[in-house]
Amino acid sequence: MSSRTPSRAGFLALALALLALLGVPSAHAADDGSVRVVLLQLRDADFDGKTELIEKLVTLDHPRIAVILKALSDSRLYYQEEGDRVVIGLGDAADIAIEDAVSGAALGKAGKRDLDRITANNRLRSLIEDRLASLGLASTDPRQRKAAVEAFLRNPDPAGAERLRARLAVETDNELKDLLTTALTLADLASDDAAVRAKAATALGGRLQPELRGPLARMAAEDNDPVAREAARIALTRTEFRLQMLGWAETLFFGLSLGSVLILAAIGLAVTFGVMGVINMAHGELMMLGAYTTWLVQQWLPVNWSLPVAVPLAFLVAALVGIAIERGIIRFLYGRPLETLLATFGVSLILQQAVRSIFSPLNRSVATPDWMSGTILLGPLEVTLNRLVILGFCIAVFALLWLALQRTRLGLEVRAVAQNRAMARAMGVRSARVDALTFGLGSGIAGVAGVALSQLTNVGPNLGQSYIVDSFMVVVFGGVGNLWGTLVAGLSLGVANKLLEPWSGAVLAKILVLVFLILFIQKRPRGLFPQRGRAAEV
Amino acid sequence: MRLPPWLLSDRAGLVLLAVLAIIGIGVPVLNLLVPPDNPLHLTAYTVTLIGKYLCYALLAVAVDLVWGYMGILSLGHAAFFALGGYCFGMYLMRQIGTRGVYGDPVLPDFMVFLNWKALPWYWNGFDMFWFAALMVLVVPGLLAFVFGWFAFRARVSGVYLSIITQALTYALMLAFFRNEMGFGGNNGLTDFKDALGFPLHADGTRIVLFVLSALALAGGYVACRWLVSTRMGRVLVAIRDSEDRARFLGYRVERVKALVFTFSAMLAGVAGALYVPQVGIINPGEFAPLNSIEAVIWVAVGGRGTLVGAVVGAVLVNYAKTWLTGALPEVWLFALGGLFVMVTLLLPYGLIGLLRRREAAT
Repeated sequence: MSSRTPSRAGFLALALALLALLGVPSAHAADDGSVRVVLLQLRDADFDGKTELIEKLVTLDHPRIAVILKALSDSRLYYQEEGDRVVIGLGDAADIAIEDAVSGAALGKAGKRDLDRITANNRLRSLIEDRLASLGLASTDPRQRKAAVEAFLRNPDPAGAERLRARLAVETDNELKDLLTTALTLADLASDDAAVRAKAATALGGRLQPELRGPLARMAAEDNDPVAREAARIALTRTEFRLQMLGWAETLFFGLSLGSVLILAAIGLAVTFGVMGVINMAHGELMMLGAYTTWLVQQWLPVNWSLPVAVPLAFLVAALVGIAIERGIIRFLYGRPLETLLATFGVSLILQQAVRSIFSPLNRSVATPDWMSGTILLGPLEVTLNRLVILGFCIAVFALLWLALQRTRLGLEVRAVAQNRAMARAMGVRSARVDALTFGLGSGIAGVAGVALSQLTNVGPNLGQSYIVDSFMVVVFGGVGNLWGTLVAGLSLGVANKLLEPWSGAVLAKILVLVFLILFIQKRPRGLFPQRGRAAEV
Repeated sequence: MRLPPWLLSDRAGLVLLAVLAIIGIGVPVLNLLVPPDNPLHLTAYTVTLIGKYLCYALLAVAVDLVWGYMGILSLGHAAFFALGGYCFGMYLMRQIGTRGVYGDPVLPDFMVFLNWKALPWYWNGFDMFWFAALMVLVVPGLLAFVFGWFAFRARVSGVYLSIITQALTYALMLAFFRNEMGFGGNNGLTDFKDALGFPLHADGTRIVLFVLSALALAGGYVACRWLVSTRMGRVLVAIRDSEDRARFLGYRVERVKALVFTFSAMLAGVAGALYVPQVGIINPGEFAPLNSIEAVIWVAVGGRGTLVGAVVGAVLVNYAKTWLTGALPEVWLFALGGLFVMVTLLLPYGLIGLLRRREAAT
């Protein structure tokens, strides 16, 4: 899964581009001349000398500094004897394009032999990285400023602390202010005053930045002041505790995410099985149709726009197939649930093979839109965006279905037929039409669930099969004919599964949940929330 | 020798037994005595294939007993079949001895591969034929009894029971896929050498296995036929037609159900045990829910509640499967799916029902 946090190299490139374009806003930008002088010194200096010169360059506050340092770090900085100047190489051919290091003016091409590379070693490179990060502190992009502070957290130094303090005075972004304070507190850990150290340690307790734990642990072990040691120990305990809570929260999120998938898969069944008493073994294949619809839509629409189109389309496709199944097969089998089960299983085989023949037996890859990929921070918790979106989507689908059943004419008729078919017919409800539409509704939801699944798993002819057992278990666990039961059952099964996983492994967790369900149904055959009243006795 | 009246009045059953007797004698003759260049010669492959069909037929009889007569649609009978197969497969594994790839005298190859040092406790005893043969009955029977006892006592019935039997076989499949279970994980048990000292690849052994399958099918059929003709058989039908009424009349419905379910599972186990040495492998795929459902469709095609129909359906559908997957692999699932739909819609009593209707009309 890709992460939205830019990699370090990416950040450097970004910082570079930005700084090159805008320059570092500064009241007293150095003139080109003094930079040239330092650069020429850089050519002859040994690595220790280069360290000093780099520090000097950073203090010069020139707009090209970031570009120059990056080039040095990438071994693209050269001395050109002709013209006695330092240039940056822009390629790796034998004849490379060069530009002037200070002005950035293009200087045509030069043979590699005429250029004298200014070398860097890894110590210099890490120094450059740090310094570039500090330069980033002044950036207008909060993400770059954040990265700069994080670079300080990894490697705190007194000079950096000064820069951070100056930045804190003018910083407006609240999140960054917090991070800056944390960083400065970390710098206080190195203070000579034991009381300051203890206070800083206490303030750092419970903060989750991984860079804080090393210094705190060292302090808890080595500090010569007992009060400071104790403060560091307590701070560490608090951090551990918070990390543990965060771990639980993460498990909970993964559980809810799995639960939302289970609900999406099961909720259509809850309609057809719960409301109509019909076992639709082809339900999983209807989800598969939804997923393939998404794939088809992506063939002629840009990925970012595909999902809003795919959702209604998948609903339509699956609903039409569902209605065809109901009109063609199921309506002849009402009152014979076991036969319905077998016939719809036959349909599921036909659909699977149809997809295999039409598309391919291989999996199709459905792309994830940009707005659904990456991660996002929920408080201190980093969650993957696609799972979050699907969780929200699941809730929306549930709410819509519930509204449709409670607030529309069709919903009223569906519930009436479910409760007492004969009576509903006597009141003028056309039960055949209601059956077809109910089945279409349940099937359509399966199609919509397929769209969501296409974002999480492989889309192939076997997609449906892997969910059919699970989704039946969710419906039965929740109580047949009860949408809320399905919701509670799906979420709790998802969370239970994820809670078990670290302890037992994924497969065993699934087996344990299945065994639990089998035992549970023995105890309460009608599920968590059984339908009450005479209507429940079929 | 006089046949008991319940068998004498079962015309279709007598035909079936006669057919079984004919192929039980005819197939070995055609395979062993007719020279290979004669067109009537049956290859070892065909013998094994027919033997496989007979095992499937026994599984179908087991399914028909609970579905056709007791109204329990078990979508997990392949689990009992596979368990029986695994029990016998364990015996065959232990018989390999030092002939495995790693040559370990006790541990099967996959355990050596997993770096296990000792045999798991549940593998003990499977080096003895009698113990393995007993386990073929006990393991599926015990699982069915425990599962059935709880399920039937809680009055789980109808589609709910179907779904949890499916969950049962699914859970078992997942479990057997795990290497840690000690049953060879993904690959299952294979590479068998011999049983009771007879090499499995020898023609003679194949024929014996074939005859044993025919005998087991005949025996299983006769046992089920006898069972449904007893008083208990009447209770079974009563339970199928109206469980509550049977209960109100004073029958201990859950006991009858658990007992018959257990017996049926044992039959399935025997079928699996005979199946494994003939095909030479058993793996977790045998637990797949699809296999159980396929067994149900064999029964539906032949005609549920007839026992003979189960045998006919199993052989016909599997013959069609062999033929279609060879000739037109694309079409097989269409055909099977279409069969499910057509049989439930048009032939609720299956082929046997069709024959009976025709007989009644003339």
